[in-house]
Amino acid sequence: MRLEVKKTYKLFIGGKFPRSESGRVYKVNDHKGEFLANVAKASRKDSRDAVVAARAAQSGWAGATAYNRGQILYRIAEMLEGRREQFVEEIRALTGKTDKQANLEVDQAIDSFVWHAGWTDKIESVAGNMNPVAGPFFNISTNQPTGVVAAFAPQDTALVGLVNTIAPAIVSGNTIVVVSSEQLPLPASTFAEVLETSDLPGGVVNILTGNAAELGSWLASHLDVNAIDLEGTSNAAELEMLAAENLKRVIRPGSYSRKSATGSLQHILDLMELKTVWHPKGH
Amino acid sequence: MFEYAPAPESKDLVKFQDSYGHFIGGKFTKPSATYQTINPATEQDLAAISHGTAKDVDAAVKAARNAYEKTWSKLDGATRGKYLYRIARIIQERARELAVAETLNNGKPIKETRDVDIPLVASWFFYYAGWADKLDYAGLGPNPAAHGVAAQIVPWNFPLMMLAWKIAPALAAGNTVVLKPAETTPLTALLFAEICQQAELPDGVVNIVTGFGDTGAMLVDHKDVNKVAFTGSTDVGRLIAKQIAGTNKKATLELGGKAANIVFEDAALDQAVEGIVNGIFFNQGHVCCAGSRLLVQESVQDVLLKKLKRRMETIRLGDPMDKNTDIGAINSKAQLTKIEKLVKQGVKEGGERWAPNCPMPKNGFWFAPTLITGVSPANTVAREEIFGPVLSVMTFRTPAEAVAKANNSPYGLSAGIWTEKGSRILKLADQLNAGVVWANTYNQFDPASPFGGFKESGYGREGGRHGLLSYLKGAN
Repeated sequence: MRLEVKKTYKLFIGGKFPRSESGRVYKVNDHKGEFLANVAKASRKDSRDAVVAARAAQSGWAGATAYNRGQILYRIAEMLEGRREQFVEEIRALTGKTDKQANLEVDQAIDSFVWHAGWTDKIESVAGNMNPVAGPFFNISTNQPTGVVAAFAPQDTALVGLVNTIAPAIVSGNTIVVVSSEQLPLPASTFAEVLETSDLPGGVVNILTGNAAELGSWLASHLDVNAIDLEGTSNAAELEMLAAENLKRVIRPGSYSRKSATGSLQHILDLMELKTVWHPKGH
Repeated sequence: MFEYAPAPESKDLVKFQDSYGHFIGGKFTKPSATYQTINPATEQDLAAISHGTAKDVDAAVKAARNAYEKTWSKLDGATRGKYLYRIARIIQERARELAVAETLNNGKPIKETRDVDIPLVASWFFYYAGWADKLDYAGLGPNPAAHGVAAQIVPWNFPLMMLAWKIAPALAAGNTVVLKPAETTPLTALLFAEICQQAELPDGVVNIVTGFGDTGAMLVDHKDVNKVAFTGSTDVGRLIAKQIAGTNKKATLELGGKAANIVFEDAALDQAVEGIVNGIFFNQGHVCCAGSRLLVQESVQDVLLKKLKRRMETIRLGDPMDKNTDIGAINSKAQLTKIEKLVKQGVKEGGERWAPNCPMPKNGFWFAPTLITGVSPANTVAREEIFGPVLSVMTFRTPAEAVAKANNSPYGLSAGIWTEKGSRILKLADQLNAGVVWANTYNQFDPASPFGGFKESGYGREGGRHGLLSYLKGAN
């Protein structure tokens, strides 16, 4: 009998797959409580490295054309589809979902990326504006990505929640450091492999596995993070206080559904900044 | 420089009462725990103002809740809009009186209150009046809901204008409000309370509680408040963000700034000089979006500074009630002390201070329009908001360096660009981390145009459709 080759579940930072610099791992069990894998347990240093990678990638990603970002997001959907069986297997092992239920979750994750891919070049049509000011001025408001987003994916889903946390951030040109569900992390690591083969520039999405409570304070107080999505945290009020230090934009837990094949434009806009430009009209 | 004969506006256009209570549930309360509000140009007392307590705040929030539940949320949008139109008209009718009141209490020139502040106040109400029956078109789907009771805290630099920016969209969206004006400039808010009575606005829809920072903090903390809107310093904005952490309260924060005003060598330099002067000396530099960092391309630094100094020598500082005055009084002794301290620090760190020879009135608080040249980006005067008529001058060589220096700030409220090259404007406008970018102009405001900052300049927008969203559920 051939011995199976098992995967080492690592972090995803700056387009690379490092182990935690701390050398730490934690055990992940299947839904029956049987050992499934050792997963990298991200540290403070890993979270800071991830922010550095996200910052370095941000202006390039925001500067890509909306058409280009849309194609890359669509490519992610394509790559997800190709890996369907692996995700189904991991979701089933972790959650005990049936084959049908696990497939449904993968469907939603894929479709959500398709939904988001279509938004890149339409946000301004809906949420930007020419403003009819009372004077001889050209005046236009457009939305721009806020910068680096730190996010905590919901704890109770393995894939679709993660996808619906990442996609609304990166669609507009933000980069993200996302902490996956602690107990259901395997699809997050596999999703990193999808991203790595989707033409997404390294550093746009950085995925940490580990303990949200431990990583939360480092990311919420990080002064080079512009926005924080607290969905998967259990101490959101405390983290919101830390985030106030540099006036981070905050998405409170429960603000948006993360279990659907579509997202929310408002969620996308929460991670954007409106900029208004004036210029005189004249000869 | 031309000599100007005095042209004072009449103080008799406004009559203040000796003392004011709070405006709660449509009536003024009996004045209590009063302090004097003064004219900063003369240091003379204008009226006794009540310092709001927890009890006052609670009564005001209760009145607002009651009005929200029983009256305001039951009215159709068209009727709410008509009340706002009425208010806009009364403001236009009483414009001269309001301009004089604002100048007396704030110290800013009558030219500005008459031509900028009060006209914008009226236009803000007129603009949002029209939104009240069109909320279905705001972009949040049909029948978007108001938050309920909004707690609003406004600063002293544009007292009535900031009130209008807060109250007009809040009421149009269907909220009721409790507003706290700044402790040094409460009088036009109290006149506005009278205007609400004249407009027969239902009792409790607008409540005004006067007082200091502690009054504002109690208002933000009140458990029955659903929405907080604050304009003021970043330090207080941080405190408010912490105060509401873990609650369901939404916040709009318009905070400090340290805007770069960038002048390229190909700019129309005479126009740029006017824009620089307007950018930093308008309203004594008490402007969160003031162009307080001049970034000038190295090749034109000498010629630009020469023109700027010549222009600054023609600035008239003095009696704010005089229609010729360009720079009025600094709003308070405390603010004057802060400006003096920061300028001293700038000189200590190597900056060179220059100001035109300008005579100062004997009483009141004054600060001459000032340049600090030879500033490096790490200096205090390049980083901290001075909130006074003080311009820090730095240079750059390439557009990329200009962008890097402009963005090198925790703030991100506004920026200015001066160049004749259109493609450069558009590229820079994309790259600058600022909520408002003025190209070949500066300090323009309009109710149809969203205003607000990136980064530590706060979040949320005021003005336009986006400003309306700040007062509706379903948008941040």
